[in-house]
Amino acid sequence: METYYHPKDLGHFADMGKGNPALWEKFMAYYGAVFAEGALTEREKALIALAVAHAVQCPYCIDAYTQACLEKGSSVEEMTEAVHVTCAIRGGASLVHGVQMRNVATKISM
Amino acid sequence: MPPPTRSLKARGSALAAPGEQVRLLESPNGQPRFDAMLAGARLAPLRATGITVFQINVGKLCNQTCGHCHVDAGPDRAEVMTQATAEACMAALARTDIPAVDITGGAPELNPAFRYLVEESRRLGRRVMDRCNLSVLLLPSQGDLGGFLARHRVEIVASLPSVVPSQTDAQRGAGVFDKSLQALRVLNGLGYGCDGSGLVLNLVTNPVGAFLPPAQPSQEAHFRQRLAHEHGIVFNNLYTITNMPISRFLEFLIRSGNYEGYMERLVNAFNPVAAAGVMCRYTLSVGWDGRLYDCDFNQMLDLTLAHGAPAHIRDFDPSVLHARRVVTGNHCYGCTAGSGSSCGGATA
Repeated sequence: METYYHPKDLGHFADMGKGNPALWEKFMAYYGAVFAEGALTEREKALIALAVAHAVQCPYCIDAYTQACLEKGSSVEEMTEAVHVTCAIRGGASLVHGVQMRNVATKISM
Repeated sequence: MPPPTRSLKARGSALAAPGEQVRLLESPNGQPRFDAMLAGARLAPLRATGITVFQINVGKLCNQTCGHCHVDAGPDRAEVMTQATAEACMAALARTDIPAVDITGGAPELNPAFRYLVEESRRLGRRVMDRCNLSVLLLPSQGDLGGFLARHRVEIVASLPSVVPSQTDAQRGAGVFDKSLQALRVLNGLGYGCDGSGLVLNLVTNPVGAFLPPAQPSQEAHFRQRLAHEHGIVFNNLYTITNMPISRFLEFLIRSGNYEGYMERLVNAFNPVAAAGVMCRYTLSVGWDGRLYDCDFNQMLDLTLAHGAPAHIRDFDPSVLHARRVVTGNHCYGCTAGSGSSCGGATA
C-alpha cells in the first residue's frame, strides 16, 4: 500500500544534503553538538528528544529516538513517563487556553 | 521478548543446527561481508596475538532457558564435559602460563567437573572466573556453592540484564529478577563485591531486545546507584555485552521481524578499533567435548579452529595456537559494533 511515510526513508535522511551540502553540514555539526554529553547526559537528551518527537508526531524521530533511548540505557518505563510529559504539556496547553474562553465568555455575557 | 521454556533443540527447531544458522548469516543480504570490513580496516586475515584467557565451556545444561542464549542451553540439554576432558584441559593449561581461566556453560556449576576445574586451576596459580546465572546459587543442590567460590577466590561474572524487574524477567524468565537479587545478597554476605574483600563480583548486562548496549561507564553508574539505593547491593564492575545474532537470539530476531534491521545496525556501527580488540585474539575456547575454538560464539556455530591449528584439546600445542588465524563470519559483527563487545564487556 502506498503511504507518505516509509520506514526505510529514515536511512536516506542524508540525501537532504544533496540539495545544499553547506547547509546540511552546518545542521549536522550543530545536531551532533546538541546531542553530545554536556550539562545534560546523552541519555537525558535522548529522552527529551523522544518526548519532543511525540509532540511533533514525527514517526522517523519516534523510531530513531526509541532505539536511541534504549541504547543509552533508558527503560520502557522511563520512556513512557517521557511521553506522558509530552501528553501533559500538550493537554495542559489546550486546557490553559480555556482561560481565554472564560475571558471572552465573561466579557460578552450578562 | 518472552523467553521460550525449552531449547531450540528440544523444540526441533531448524535453528538448533549450527549449519542452518551459518547458512542464514552468510546468505547475501546486501550488507558487506565481515571479512571485507576487516580488510578495509587492514585487519585481514585476523590473527591471535597470544592467549591470556583459557575459556572452558563445560556444557549446555542450565537451570534457566533465557530468550537470548547463544548456547541454546537449558534444563533439557544433556551435553556436558566429562571428567576425562576436564583433566585434559588442565593438563594443557599446566603446559602454559595463560593467566586466566574462564569457566562458562550453561550453568557451569551444575557440571560435576566444575569444582575440579576450579581447584586445579587455582592450584596452578591461575585467576579463575565463573560465569554465573545467579539463580543457580539458590538450588538446593548448590547450598555450599557460594562458600566454595569464595574459598577459592573465584571471580564471579554474573548476569543481570536490567535493574527493572520486568526487563530482566522478559529476557531470563519469570521470577528471575527476584532470584538474582536474592543470590546477589548471598554473595555480598560472603564479601563478594565489597571493598577490601578481594572477592570480585562483576555483573553482565545484555540488551533486552534488538538494539545495542548503552555506554558501559554510564550504565555501570546507573546500575550501581539503583542496586545500592533500592536493594543495598554492591558489585565491582558492569560489563555491557552485545547480543550475538545466533541461536535463540537469532530465533527472536527472525520471529519478531528484526533480523535484517539488527544486522544493518551491527554493520553500520562497525568500529575498527573494536575489531582490533576482539577477544578471539587473546582467548582460546574449549568445548564440552574438548574441541577448540576461537570464541564461545564460534563454538556454538561449530566453527572449530582451522587454518592448520589443532582442533581438539588432546592435540593442544601452544606454539601453534598463539598466532593462529582466527575463523570469522558475519556473526562477528556482534563483537565489533559501537563500543565493541567481549566476555569482559566493551572493548573500544
